[in-house]
Amino acid sequence: MKRLDRTEILFRILSYTVVILFAIATLYPFIFSIAMAISGEGPINRGEIILYPKDIQFRALLALLTGENSKKFWISYTNTLFYTLYGTLFSMVISIFAAYALSRTHLVFKRQISFFIVFTMWFSAGLIPTWLNYRDLFVNNRWGIIYGFGAQAFNILLLRNYFQGISKEIEEAAIVDGANEFQVLGSIYLPMSKSALATITLFYALNRWNGYFWNRQLVGDMEHPLQVVLQSMVQASSESSEIVEVLGYAPYSLAYSAIILSIIPIIIVYPYLQKYFARGVNVGGVKE
Amino acid sequence: MMKILRKTEMTPEQRAQEYFLDDLERTRGRRIWAQIKKHWGVYLMLIPVLAFFFLFRYRPIYGLMNAFIDYRFLQKPLLDNDFTGFYAFLKIMFDATEKLRFWQAFRNTFTLSMYGLIFGFPVPIILALMFSEIKNEKFRSVTQIITYLPKFISTVVITSIIVLLASPGNNMQGPGLMNALFTRAGWIPDAPTHILSQPKFFRSIYIISGIWEGAGYGSIVYFAAIMAISPTNYEAARIDGASKAAQIRYITFPGMAPTLTIMLILRVGEILSVGYEKIILLTANSTTAIRSTAEVISTYVLSLGGLLGGSSQLNFAAAADLFNSLIAMFLVIGSNFISRRVSDTSLF
Repeated sequence: MKRLDRTEILFRILSYTVVILFAIATLYPFIFSIAMAISGEGPINRGEIILYPKDIQFRALLALLTGENSKKFWISYTNTLFYTLYGTLFSMVISIFAAYALSRTHLVFKRQISFFIVFTMWFSAGLIPTWLNYRDLFVNNRWGIIYGFGAQAFNILLLRNYFQGISKEIEEAAIVDGANEFQVLGSIYLPMSKSALATITLFYALNRWNGYFWNRQLVGDMEHPLQVVLQSMVQASSESSEIVEVLGYAPYSLAYSAIILSIIPIIIVYPYLQKYFARGVNVGGVKE
Repeated sequence: MMKILRKTEMTPEQRAQEYFLDDLERTRGRRIWAQIKKHWGVYLMLIPVLAFFFLFRYRPIYGLMNAFIDYRFLQKPLLDNDFTGFYAFLKIMFDATEKLRFWQAFRNTFTLSMYGLIFGFPVPIILALMFSEIKNEKFRSVTQIITYLPKFISTVVITSIIVLLASPGNNMQGPGLMNALFTRAGWIPDAPTHILSQPKFFRSIYIISGIWEGAGYGSIVYFAAIMAISPTNYEAARIDGASKAAQIRYITFPGMAPTLTIMLILRVGEILSVGYEKIILLTANSTTAIRSTAEVISTYVLSLGGLLGGSSQLNFAAAADLFNSLIAMFLVIGSNFISRRVSDTSLF
């Protein structure tokens, strides 16, 4: 190791400190949420919970899992799984087809079709027309949400660029052997672009999992996804109620429990998927 | 100017060229059709995506007619209502009472964006610089992965935590942690006060939580740029006795300047696009007083459109929407154009 100059050592110490502090600051709200979810009523009301739980109880979590309000929560969870699974599948199918078609050099009206898609990144009709349009086109049920939020121009362009980078030689050999377009796509392009596909799948899936506003606006109570129900539970917990029930836990605990349960799946898959997520930004420099 | 040659004066190649050119012109339609027939699979694949973009991205543009029409009766077809020209635009922008709210939303959009730019833009850069200083790879990648995490978490979860922390409490429980701290610091009165109904705190909460959410993920692109700088530059500088500050000033910054420029230009292009979701979630419990700092164009549009509850004035909402969409479009296209000029990189 080469000797470091004094300013270099200082900067290194500073860097370690800032990075550690930032990482702690990132994790803190989640740790705090866990502490609030499982702490007893007394310490919460006295404002004693800052980092770790006190008077540990699991009644709030249990109430969410099995209590009388749990049904609504679990229905919304199922809805979210439905939206994420089918929505991502649908989005991927149309995006893959689109990206493949746009990556063909022989495509007739290629420029016009590309422009048709790219233009939607520049100009959107706005919230009110979009809302009226969704209403007109029956985006008011589970399947409506699936088809109404199908594709994003950005993701299609990302995938198209990736497809364009794949060497044409194998493809030509396959065409000579009599493969049709679907076979070329399925047996050459898809296996060769696994990481790009993973990145885009992740983008779509996250969008579906985290979607809030339009889901709340467009579909009925029983079809609301997790995010909508979570928000209304949090809302309810900070409003005062007339009836003071004996719950055995602070209303806060229930809200924090809902938060924890809603992010558990994300936290579990995160370590495996984060590399695809990080890759997304670096391929973000899309060119037409 | 091309000299017109007689057939006999042409070389065989020229004759062939002309022959095929004629042929190409004559059969253009037929050739396109032949192409489509030959590669029918590709065109079949395009149908779903074209249908989707037409129905859900282009069809709504027709709804912008709302801005020019007094569209009070949702039962009637749009064009059967009274055409009002630019009435809605003039009303929201210049009417003595209506204009206040519109321009307030416009100012708030701009202010939030500017604060986001001034305070939010440098943080990922500094963070990337510091990550690059950590030589223990394992430690570095663990801390990096931790800091990207909030981008994975939904806006609802993040705002829920903020709302709970800021809560004044109620008859069943005490105030949230942030509320208690603010009370102790004397920033808010002792009586239960809802922090998110206090206009003076909204911007800080919005910006700081935005930094918490996005700085880690935002640092990725700068980190990649710093890593691409050859270590020999630093070696040479060190031999010359350059301090760390000088190294950053003369090696790191020039090295990441292209990335920095593009990110800045693209960010400026989005200056009038402040999202509505986080704001409506943060202010869901608040009184309307919060509007003086928290209402941006997009939430103003939703509110006028009746999508946040209450009565609706679709023509006003659509007019504000169209006005904003057009300005935003020019900013985005402009910034991309500049970025492409500067660096050959753009979003599209």
